[in-house]
Amino acid sequence: MDKSGKAYWKATCTLIIQVLAVWFFVSFGCGILFADALNSFSVGGYPLGFWFAQQGAMYCFVIMIFVYAHLMGKLDEKFDVHEE
Amino acid sequence: MTLQTMTYLVVGATFALYIGIAIWARAGSTSEFYVAGGGVHPIVNGMATGADWMSAASFISMAGLISNMGYGGGLFLMGWTGGYVLLAMLLAPYLRKFGKFTVPQFIGDRFYSKAASCVAVLCLLAASLTYIIGQMTGVGVAFSRFLGVSNHTGVFIGMAIVFMYAVFGGMKGITYTQVAQYCVLILAYTVPAIFISMTLTGNPVPQLGLGGDFVGTDMTLLGKLDQVVMDLGFPRYTTMTRISTLNMFVYTMSLMIGTAGLPHVIMRFFTVPKVKDARASAGWALVFIAILYTTAPAVAAMARLNLHASVNKAVKQNYATDAARATAMFAEENSIRYDERPNWMKRWETTGLLKFEDKNGDGRIQYYNAKNTPAGATAAGWKGSELTVNQDIMVLANPEIAKLPNWVIALVAAGGLAAALSTAAGLLLAISSAISHDLFKNIFMPDMSEKNELMTGKIAMGCSIVVAGYLGLNPPDFAAGTVAIAFGLAASSIFPALMMGIFNKKMNKEGAMAGMLSGLGITMLYVFAHKGLFFIPGTEFLGLFGGKANFFLGIEPNAFGAIGALVNFAVAYVVSKITPECPEHIQHMVENVRTPRGAKAVDGTHAH
Repeated sequence: MDKSGKAYWKATCTLIIQVLAVWFFVSFGCGILFADALNSFSVGGYPLGFWFAQQGAMYCFVIMIFVYAHLMGKLDEKFDVHEE
Repeated sequence: MTLQTMTYLVVGATFALYIGIAIWARAGSTSEFYVAGGGVHPIVNGMATGADWMSAASFISMAGLISNMGYGGGLFLMGWTGGYVLLAMLLAPYLRKFGKFTVPQFIGDRFYSKAASCVAVLCLLAASLTYIIGQMTGVGVAFSRFLGVSNHTGVFIGMAIVFMYAVFGGMKGITYTQVAQYCVLILAYTVPAIFISMTLTGNPVPQLGLGGDFVGTDMTLLGKLDQVVMDLGFPRYTTMTRISTLNMFVYTMSLMIGTAGLPHVIMRFFTVPKVKDARASAGWALVFIAILYTTAPAVAAMARLNLHASVNKAVKQNYATDAARATAMFAEENSIRYDERPNWMKRWETTGLLKFEDKNGDGRIQYYNAKNTPAGATAAGWKGSELTVNQDIMVLANPEIAKLPNWVIALVAAGGLAAALSTAAGLLLAISSAISHDLFKNIFMPDMSEKNELMTGKIAMGCSIVVAGYLGLNPPDFAAGTVAIAFGLAASSIFPALMMGIFNKKMNKEGAMAGMLSGLGITMLYVFAHKGLFFIPGTEFLGLFGGKANFFLGIEPNAFGAIGALVNFAVAYVVSKITPECPEHIQHMVENVRTPRGAKAVDGTHAH
C-alpha cells in the first residue's frame, strides 16, 4: 500500500472508532450500564435510562450512520479514492 | 361485514399483490435471480431490506415479549437496530467493493480456500435454518387465529406461499415484492398503535404517547403502568432487567453483531450500484426499520395496560388514596366474570394460545403474579393466576383488546403474514445460493450449466422449507426467542470471519476456519444443552454441566452468541500466529478492497 493509501486507511479507522465510541455510549452506556442512574431524570414523561434503552439509542443509530456515510464520502474525495 | 370475511379479503388482496409482482418481475439469468442486476436504488433497497429484516419476530413476537419484559425488552430494540451501525461501517462498503454476491464466496476468496467456503456454508445454514424455524412459529400463530385453522395447517399454508414466490421470482421479484410488503406491514403496525395511543394518552404519535400522561389523570402512562403491575405483584415495568445487567449486555451485543453477520441481510448490500450507496443503504434500511422499532415499545406498554384493564375493572379507575386503590384492585366485583369475558378472549382460546383455569372456583378471572403474591390477593382468596397468555399473541390481539374496527384487525393479520413470509423468502434465497452456487457450482460441479444451477437452487429452497416447516411445528422458544438464537449463531461464526477478513490482512485460512468452527461449535453446544439437540424436544443435556440453566455466568442460551464471537476471535488470532502467513497477493487484495475506487458491477456468473 502506498503512503496515501495508508493515510486513507488510518483516517477511515479513526472515524470508525469515533463512531463506535458514540454507538457504545448511547446503547450499552446510557441504555444499560448507567440506566439506573439516568432514571432519576425524566424527559418527555420517560425515565431517561428507560428512554435510551427503548427510544433514544435507536434515534442515535440512524443519525450516526448518515453522519458516517457523509464523512466517509468526504474522506474518499480528500484522498482521491472515490468512485468516478 | 364480519371480521372473518374482512380478514380473508384483506389477506387475499395483499397476497395477490405480492404474487402479481413476483410474476411481473420474473428473473431470467442467474445473477438477476440473486442480485437483481445490481441496479436497485438505495432507498428502494433500504425499504426492501426493512421488509426482509422485519420478520415475524419483529412484527408478531417482539412487542409481546417487551410487554412481558418491560425495560429489559429494550435489548431487542437496541440489539436489532444497533447492528446496522456495525454493518454500515465494518462490512457493507467493503463487501460491495469485493464484488461477489454471497458470503461463502467472499470467505472462500479472501481465505483462498474452498474448505473455508464450505465452513461458511455450514455456518450460514445453521443460522438461516434456525431463523426460518422462528418464522414458521410466527406464521403458525398468525394463521391459526385469523384464518380459523389449526396451528399445523397454518404452517403448511405458509410453506406453500413462501415456496411459490421465492422460487418463481428470485431476488428481483423479491426486491419489489418486499417493497410492497414493507408498506403493508408498516401500515399494519402503526395504524393500531396510533389509535391506541390516541385513546390512552390523547397523543396520536405512539413514540410521544408512551411518555405522555394517562388520559384523565396527571400521571404519566408509564407511571400508571408501573403502579398497576406492582399492585399485582409484577416487577416494576420501567426498571426490570433481563436476568442481570451482564446478561442484558451480552444479549444486546449478540443481537447486534448477529445482525451484521446474517447472510440474507448482508446480501442486500451487494445489490446496490456503488460502494457509496452501500453505506447510505444501511442508513435508509435503519430509517425504515426504526419506524416500527420505535413504535414497538409503545405497543408493548399499552397492550400490557389494556390487557390488565380488560380483566380487572379497577385498573383504569382513579382512586384518591393508595389504600382505596389497593382495596379496589382485589375487590371481587372488579375481576370480570369468565362467562362475560370479551370476544377476543374467546377467539384466542380456540387457538390454544390463551387459557383460563378457575383455580378458586369463583367464576371470575384473576390475573396477577402468583410467584410474588400481593397481600391483597391472599386476603381476597385468590388461589393463583388464572389466565395464561402466550406472549406471541400480544401484537395480533392488541387491536382486538382495544376494540378497534374490524378492518384494522384484518390489516394487522395481513401485516403479520407479510413480515413472516418476506423474511422467510429472503433467507431461503440465501440458503439456495449457498447450496447451488457456493457448494455445487464452485466446489463439486464446476462445469454445471446456468440452468442446472438455478434448478439446484430451487430444489435447495424446497428442501429447506420442508425442514424448517417440520421444526417449526415444535419450536424451541417464542418466535423472537428462536430468532435470537439464530442471531447468536451468526454472531459467533460469520461476523468475526468477515470482520477479520477486512480489518486484519494477515489473517490466514487456518485461523479463520478454526475461529468459525470453534465459535459456532461452542454456541451450538450451549444452546443445544438448554434447548435440545437440533432443537428436538427431550434431548437437552444440561446434566452434563451440573444441571443448572444459564450455567455460564448466568447468561441465557439466546444471548450466548457474543461469547461465541469472543471465542472465535481469540482462537482465530492464536491459530493464525502459529500457522503459515497469509500469501502476499491476498494481502494486496485486502488493501484494494479497502478503497472504493474501481468497484465493478457484481459478477455473479463467473466466480473465478
